[in-house]
Amino acid sequence: MEERTFSDISFRQYLNEDKLMGSRCKKCGALYTPPRSLCIKCYGSEMEWVKMKGTGRLAAFTCITVGPKLMIDEGFNRTNPYCVGVVELDEGTRVDARIEGVDARNPETIKVGMPLHVDYLHREEGANLTTFLAFKPV
Amino acid sequence: MKKQKKLSRGVAVVGAGMSNFGMFKNKDSKDLFVDAFNEMISSVDKGVDPNEIEALYLGNFTNDFFVHQGHWGPIISDLVGIAPKPSTRTEGACASSALAFREGVFAIASGFYDMVLVGGVEEMSKCTTEEVAEGLALGTYPYEGNVGFTFPGVFGVLATAYFAKYGASHEDLMNITIKSHETAPLNPKAQIKLTIRDIMRNKMVKAEKQGKPVPQWEDEKAFLRDPAANPVVAWPMKLFDCCPISDGASCMLLVAEDIARNFTDDPLYVKGIGQGSGRGLHAAGDLTSMEATKNAAHEAYNMSGLTPADIQFSEVHDCFSMAELLHIEDLGFFKPGEGYKAIAEGLTKRDGSKPINTSGGLKCKGHPVGATGVGQLIEVWKQLRNEAGKRQIPNKDLRIGAAHNLGGTGGTCTFTILERR
Repeated sequence: MEERTFSDISFRQYLNEDKLMGSRCKKCGALYTPPRSLCIKCYGSEMEWVKMKGTGRLAAFTCITVGPKLMIDEGFNRTNPYCVGVVELDEGTRVDARIEGVDARNPETIKVGMPLHVDYLHREEGANLTTFLAFKPV
Repeated sequence: MKKQKKLSRGVAVVGAGMSNFGMFKNKDSKDLFVDAFNEMISSVDKGVDPNEIEALYLGNFTNDFFVHQGHWGPIISDLVGIAPKPSTRTEGACASSALAFREGVFAIASGFYDMVLVGGVEEMSKCTTEEVAEGLALGTYPYEGNVGFTFPGVFGVLATAYFAKYGASHEDLMNITIKSHETAPLNPKAQIKLTIRDIMRNKMVKAEKQGKPVPQWEDEKAFLRDPAANPVVAWPMKLFDCCPISDGASCMLLVAEDIARNFTDDPLYVKGIGQGSGRGLHAAGDLTSMEATKNAAHEAYNMSGLTPADIQFSEVHDCFSMAELLHIEDLGFFKPGEGYKAIAEGLTKRDGSKPINTSGGLKCKGHPVGATGVGQLIEVWKQLRNEAGKRQIPNKDLRIGAAHNLGGTGGTCTFTILERR
């Protein structure tokens, strides 16, 4: 895999390219999402990129009616809530993500443990391109 | 086994003061801190010359964001006549002033100072609810904020994880809300001095006056189930699961133990003091527990030689109802998955075996975030010194009380145990 620093900046660049990437410690094998450049298990600093399968299950979630500006700009408000959650990836690590394709107005229908697949929500273009990491039901 | 943690010399609390907590149009951070300071000075039983204060440790989360003014240490220090002596601002999100308390304790324990002022201040009410949510979200982990998490959202997540693991439900959280509202009217400093029944009655009277259909609820839980009365903020956290937006200030006077009785015959001693750091939802081991709280508790129990059973009562950081449930388990008061049952049995009420948040908690006392940590310790001060008035814990010889303060999404937690000898 190409040379990129094991950083949040690289993590976000990969999301722009529709890739969910983690880092693995070459010394002890510990896996991290988002990536770390320093292994906090063995303090090894030799890492390699790992492309995550992008599948997992919903570990926990919430449906938010009063969000920050970032989400108000996305069109969400008190009558149009959004769902975010913690996703446990099949590889065993976790990520925080938007949960799409669920009914945030009826949270009772959203179940902890439900299987999910990664999705990438791109915003803006060119140099301004940013991406929300998202997951949706399989 | 690692050696027992200890202070190089003992530290005592000899004075405490708090402003009213609430939303104040005509007072800002500075005015509120002066209120707290004046009450602190008058609380010192044998009097104190403020010129003896050698340094200030001040907790403030983000007045930078809320009122566009940073660098509050020297501003507050000058206001109460401590400048040019040192002032240090501590920031640990909503645990900012518990960190100030801790730094003040260490400064005295080191032998460098004999008397320091510790406290906190926050001014939030000039912002809209959305702005406050955004300001507080500065204290989340970047990966959380980037996808739109808010503070209530994080506790919503923890609630769904807890419910799925232990089979509890939002009905169980209602017991926490009802309890906080029961004791708050007995606290003259509380922001919300109304029981849930008072609020129900007010809404009925208001509807009648306006000629609208008068709502009817069978009991408090029926009210809390009604989405019109208790709308979702961040599922399953609803309006009445959340603390209010508050302004306020708090402070305490710390002195070396060997001079404490120059100021009062009834000082409180720092028996245990602990702190921990969390790692965000994506890296947390268990979404039904906070490792920062566990580490803080471990340090404080280690230093004090006490166990959870020895803590006679505690304030815990109930920014959201779900938070109170997690903390009483993480602090060891109840077993994991048992806390909600203990609450339902009334064990955490003021007359229960383990009173929690006799002040009304952040839920009703208010939560001016930077002032909260020391504000919680002031409730411990009042209860231990038998000065809590109508909300005094009944029928107990109180010797050991504690306060747990949380910052961010569990990023910073403290646990402080005070002793009356």
